[in-house]
Amino acid sequence: MSTQDPSLDALLARGYQHGFVTDIESDTVAPGLDRDTVRFISAKKGEPQFLLDWRLQALDRWYEMKEPHWAKLQYKPIDYQDISYYSAPKANTDGPKSLADVDPKLLATYEKLGVPLHERARLAGVAVDAVFDSVSVATTFKDRLSAAGVIFCPFSEAVHNHPELIERWLGTVVPYGDNYYAALNSAVFTDGSFVYIPKGVRCPMELSTYFRINAAKTGQFERTLIVADEGSHVSYLEGCTAPMRDENQLHAAVVELLALDDAQIKYSTVQNWYPGDENGVGGIYNFVTKRGECRGRNSRISWTQVETGSAITWKYPSCVLRGENSVGEFYSVAVTANYQQADTGTKMIHIGANTRSTIVSKGISAGHAQNTYRGQVSVMPGAHGARNFTQCDSLLLGGQCGAHTVPYIEVKNPQATVEHEASTSRISEEQLFYCLQRGLSQEDAINLIVGGFCKTVFRELPMEFAVEAQNLLAVSLEGAVG
Amino acid sequence: MTTPLLSIRDLRVRIGDREVLQGINLDVPAGQVHAIMGPNGSGKSSLSHVLAGKPGYTVTGGTVLFKGQDLLALPAEERAREGMFLGFQYPVEIPGVNNAYLLRAALNAARRHRSEPEVDAFDFLALVKSRMQLMRMDEAFLSRGVNEGFSGGEKKRNEILQMLVLEPSLAVLDETDSGLDIDALKVVAAGIQTLRAPDRAIVLVTHYQRLLDHVAPDQVHVLARGRIIKSGGPELALELERRGYDWLLDDAA
Repeated sequence: MSTQDPSLDALLARGYQHGFVTDIESDTVAPGLDRDTVRFISAKKGEPQFLLDWRLQALDRWYEMKEPHWAKLQYKPIDYQDISYYSAPKANTDGPKSLADVDPKLLATYEKLGVPLHERARLAGVAVDAVFDSVSVATTFKDRLSAAGVIFCPFSEAVHNHPELIERWLGTVVPYGDNYYAALNSAVFTDGSFVYIPKGVRCPMELSTYFRINAAKTGQFERTLIVADEGSHVSYLEGCTAPMRDENQLHAAVVELLALDDAQIKYSTVQNWYPGDENGVGGIYNFVTKRGECRGRNSRISWTQVETGSAITWKYPSCVLRGENSVGEFYSVAVTANYQQADTGTKMIHIGANTRSTIVSKGISAGHAQNTYRGQVSVMPGAHGARNFTQCDSLLLGGQCGAHTVPYIEVKNPQATVEHEASTSRISEEQLFYCLQRGLSQEDAINLIVGGFCKTVFRELPMEFAVEAQNLLAVSLEGAVG
Repeated sequence: MTTPLLSIRDLRVRIGDREVLQGINLDVPAGQVHAIMGPNGSGKSSLSHVLAGKPGYTVTGGTVLFKGQDLLALPAEERAREGMFLGFQYPVEIPGVNNAYLLRAALNAARRHRSEPEVDAFDFLALVKSRMQLMRMDEAFLSRGVNEGFSGGEKKRNEILQMLVLEPSLAVLDETDSGLDIDALKVVAAGIQTLRAPDRAIVLVTHYQRLLDHVAPDQVHVLARGRIIKSGGPELALELERRGYDWLLDDAA
C-alpha cells in the first residue's frame, strides 16, 4: 500500500485503545436463530406474553425480508446462523441490585474504558447505564433520578417494572417491520436503556449508556426507548467500544425517541466500536436504526453523532417532524480510516406545518476508506412553511480514499424552503506547512486542522463528550495523515 | 568575528527542473537586520521557503548553517522550534481553529523543545494581550479562526503578532509590507523593531524602500536571477528606489 505522501502511510497505523478482552465467565447461547432462540431470550428475561408475541411477529417478518444492499458498502455476506444471540456474564441472573453486587471484573472493565461506575468517581451530573454484551450490568444515580420522577433503567427492568409504558410506546417510532435490521433487532434484542421523562420535568442530569461488546461470536442487539412527555427536557449520551478480534461482529441496534408537545430530546453518540486492523481484518458491522418522532407541537429532537469506529457503519438517525413547529437537527462527524466504510446520514420528514430541520454533516476519509453521506429531506403536502438547511462537507486525507454525497430531496409543498450546500476538500499542503512552520508536529497539525473542520458539530456535544470526541478524533487519525 | 547566526554558502535549489537559486552566499550576524530586495521572480520567496523547509524545493548544492547547525537537515517543525520564523507572504486560512489555540500550541512546542514547562493559560493570555496592544489588535481576534476572513492587512499583523509571541532568534519576513496602508505599515514596522535584539537577526524580503524607512537595515542585498548580485549598506536601498533594478541587471548580465 502506498499513498502519494509517505508520511500519510505512517499516520495510518492507528492504535485502538479499547481492544482488550475481559476474562469473565459468560452464559452464551449456541449460535443460530429460530423461533426457539427468540423464546429462549424472552424466557431468560421473564418477559410478558405481549412482548414474546411481538418478537415472534418480528422474526416472521424478518424471514420474509431481504438484506438491503443499496448502501455504498462492500462486505462478505453475514451468516446469521453463525451468531450467538445471547451472552451474559455469569452470576448475574436477575441483574445486580446495587453496585456491590456487580462483578469487580466488570467494574474494572468500565474503569479501564474511562467510565467508572462508582458514583463518587463519576463526573457529577451524568448518570450511566452500562450494557455488557447482552445485559445491563449497572445503572448509576437511580435514586436521584427517581426523586425527579425520571425513569432511567435497563430495558429488561423496564419490561418488569413498567410493562404498560413499554407496551404503549415500543415500536411506535420504529415498527418491527421497518427494515431488515430493525426486524432482526425486534426479534432478538436483549437489553438497552429505557428513559421516561414525565410532564414538565427537566432531567436533572445527563443520562448516558455505555455499550460494550466483550464475548466472541456474539452480536449485540440493544434497544433504546426514550419518551419525553409534554414540556420535558432530556440530554442523553451513548458510547460504544469492543475488543479487537479478527472476525467481524454484528451490532444491530434500534433507538426510538418520542417527543410530545413542547418536549426536547438531545441524543449524542460517540461510536468507537473496534474498526478492524490496518488491513481491514475484523471490526464491528454496525447496522443501526435510529429514529425520533417529534409527535407534539413545538417539540425538538437533536441528534449529534461522532462516528469513528466500526468496520461498516450503516446508520441514519432521523426525525419525523409531525407536530406543528417541531424542530429536527442532525450534527454528524464521521471519520473513516484504513479500510473502514461508512454510509451514514439522516432523514428529515416534514409532516407538520412550520417544521424546521438542520443537517450538518462532516465526513473525514483517510487511507483506503469510503465515506458516504446519504440524506433524505421530505416535505409532505401539509408541511406549509417547512424549512430545511443541509450542509455536507467532506475532507480527504491522502489519495486512496473516497467521499460521496447522496442527497435525496422530495418537496410536495410549494411553500417549503430547502437548502443544500456541499463541499469536498483536502487538507492543504499550505495549511500543514503553516502549522509546521509554527513548530507543531505533523500529527498535531492534522488534528488541529481536522478539529477545526469539525468544530460546528463538536460544539453541539455536551462538554464532557466534546473533549472525548476531540481526543478520539486524534486517536482515529493517528498515523492517518502525513 | 563570531560565527554568523545564519550562514548560507553556495545554495542551489530547483523546483522541478528549473534552478531558482543559483548559488546564494549570505551571512547574517546576530543583532542585525538584512534586507533582501529584487525584481519579481528573482528567487526571494524561494529563498524564504527553502530556509523554512517548505516541501516542493530540491536543494542540489550548498549549505545553510543556523546557530552553527545544519539547517537543511532539520524537518520544518524542528527549524521552527530552534527559533527560525517565517512571516508568510500569503498567510493561509485555517477555518474553525482559533488564533489563540494555534499560537499557544506553537509557543508550547518551542518551550518543550527547550525543556521548559508549558505556559499556563493565564500567563499565555497576559503575554498575547500585551503583544496585541502593541500591534493595535482587538481582543476579539483571539477567538476568531486562524486568518479566517481576515483582510490582507490583518493577516500581516497576525504574522507579526505570532513572531512577537514566539520571539524567534531568526525571523524571515516575506513581503510583510505588501498590501499594507500607511498606518498599518507603521504598526507592523514598530512590531518588527520590538524584536530587534543583540542575540536575534531579522531578514526582510521586500520590494520597496518604505518599510526600510521605519526599520533601518544594516545590510541590503539585491537578489536577481537566483543570485545575490549586489550587497551594500542602507544607501543601496535608496539608490534602488531611485534607479530601479535595471542598471544592476545590465551590469550582471
